[in-house]
Amino acid sequence: MKLRPDLAIIADAVPAASRALDVGCGDGELMAALREKGVDARGLEIDPANVTAAIARGQSVVQGDANHDLADYPDNAFDYAILSQTLQTTERPDRVVDQLLRIAPRAFVSFPNFAHWRVRLALLWSGRMPVTRLLPVAWYETPNIHHVTVSDFRDLVRTRGIAVERAWYLSGDRPTSDAAASWRAEHAIFLISRG
Amino acid sequence: MASLLHQIQHHSVTISAPLALDGGQSLPSVTIAYQSYGALASDKSNAVLVCHALTGDQYVAGNHPATGKPGWWARMVGPGKPIDTDRFFVICANVLGSCMGSSGPASPDALTGAPLGMTFPVITIGDMVRAQAMLLDHLGIARLHAVIGGSMGGMQTLAWASAYPERLASAIVIASAARHSAQNIAFHEVGRQAIMADPDWQDGQYYGGARGPTKGLAVARMAAHITYLSEAGLTEKFGRRLQARDAKSFGFDADFQIESYLRHQGLAFTDRFDANAYLYITRAMDYFDLAEAHDGQLANAFARAKDVRFTLVSFDTDWLYPTAESRRIVQALQSVGAAASFVELSAPFGHDSFLLEVPALDSIVAGSLAASLA
Repeated sequence: MKLRPDLAIIADAVPAASRALDVGCGDGELMAALREKGVDARGLEIDPANVTAAIARGQSVVQGDANHDLADYPDNAFDYAILSQTLQTTERPDRVVDQLLRIAPRAFVSFPNFAHWRVRLALLWSGRMPVTRLLPVAWYETPNIHHVTVSDFRDLVRTRGIAVERAWYLSGDRPTSDAAASWRAEHAIFLISRG
Repeated sequence: MASLLHQIQHHSVTISAPLALDGGQSLPSVTIAYQSYGALASDKSNAVLVCHALTGDQYVAGNHPATGKPGWWARMVGPGKPIDTDRFFVICANVLGSCMGSSGPASPDALTGAPLGMTFPVITIGDMVRAQAMLLDHLGIARLHAVIGGSMGGMQTLAWASAYPERLASAIVIASAARHSAQNIAFHEVGRQAIMADPDWQDGQYYGGARGPTKGLAVARMAAHITYLSEAGLTEKFGRRLQARDAKSFGFDADFQIESYLRHQGLAFTDRFDANAYLYITRAMDYFDLAEAHDGQLANAFARAKDVRFTLVSFDTDWLYPTAESRRIVQALQSVGAAASFVELSAPFGHDSFLLEVPALDSIVAGSLAASLA
């Protein structure tokens, strides 16, 4: 089974024999790839059907909410925390990022870039909240309550003294450059660490 | 009632070694009745211990010798079932203090041969688990692939992981708690008082006599049975429907279907359970607080259990051992870094959901057992 491009990048970047917590792990797709390379991967997931599916696959997943339940993990419980496509759905993304870097010294954070040119154009031309491939749901029912752009996230980590160790930007499933990311990236993945 | 019950022959082993009890006394020897299903692998790596609930017994699968009905978890244990007896050697032992062949209040006094009755010492969940460990020693099984149980079976599973973490790879705890709450104790006390208020209880010395406390035991079961069901489930099943009549009787017959149902449940229970055993086992559950012996910190109870894989399941309609109790356990496990899985499943049957048709539970149990094979 082929992993989503952002998950493939994360799966590739987490070193073997490390410990990782996948926050918002869904039915355990990324964890399965991580386990194959010998990562001790565990998950947190809000949807009970997804949790059930992941446990049925033999994975260690706790049903819980990234907004509140990250507090239950001790400091440095993991080498890596992973938050893929979930940051924009949280109540307080800044606090969630703080929790990730409390639980683990390093974290992968990926999100759809709200400043992608298609989104900008859609808003500019139609004057309506954009509905795109990565943001397919209308404004009133979208779980994405905190839309974020590549520049917003860079600002957030800078002001909080968080270091960016690496970043990947994707347009479709192809990489795009750092400089062009603000316009061209549909999707961004940051590897951050405590500054 | 009890006389019939005690005529059944159970497969059991008597271990002639003393068992020191949490209450300070000790049993000079321990008889443990148990059933096993499937075949033990030559390297003894495939043993799964199933722990039964308050009124359960060792007859997990197959037919029950007293009722003739399928075992209490026949839907979960058997060839091709989630606890697959084609792969696993499944053991279930009647708990200490119970009435299906293991040492309990109906056991004979070593000197006089008369039933012990209330001179049988009060036992705990920890004592039950120590007795099970003695059975495994007797069977030559050093390490279990998994321990699994629902309700009181889950309490034993937690106690296993706490006391013998090196003896199990996986612990599966369903619809359970790490301690009995005030509400849990309260319902049990109602049941015990019903038994002890029955004149036929005779301070527990009713064995061999013509009468036993069937009325008290039936009332205890009726009260407890309510706690096993959800309000919505009761409403759906019975509502305010009348039992085999068109109008209220303006008397105290079982006018309502729910009354008739509870009376039947209470009475049927007395055919298969001993009142004194009910007193002892409910007491053991009330005394259960896994954190107590660990400075009140539940996490400390699991300090040595980092390498055990835990799976916890609660049910959204279970108000006896609600989800918050499972979450407390999960938090404690996370704080020591143990691999823990947890999910709250949606099921309409209240606490009894762990015994009934909940397909998600089946896949979780099967998946958790397969995971710890890896």
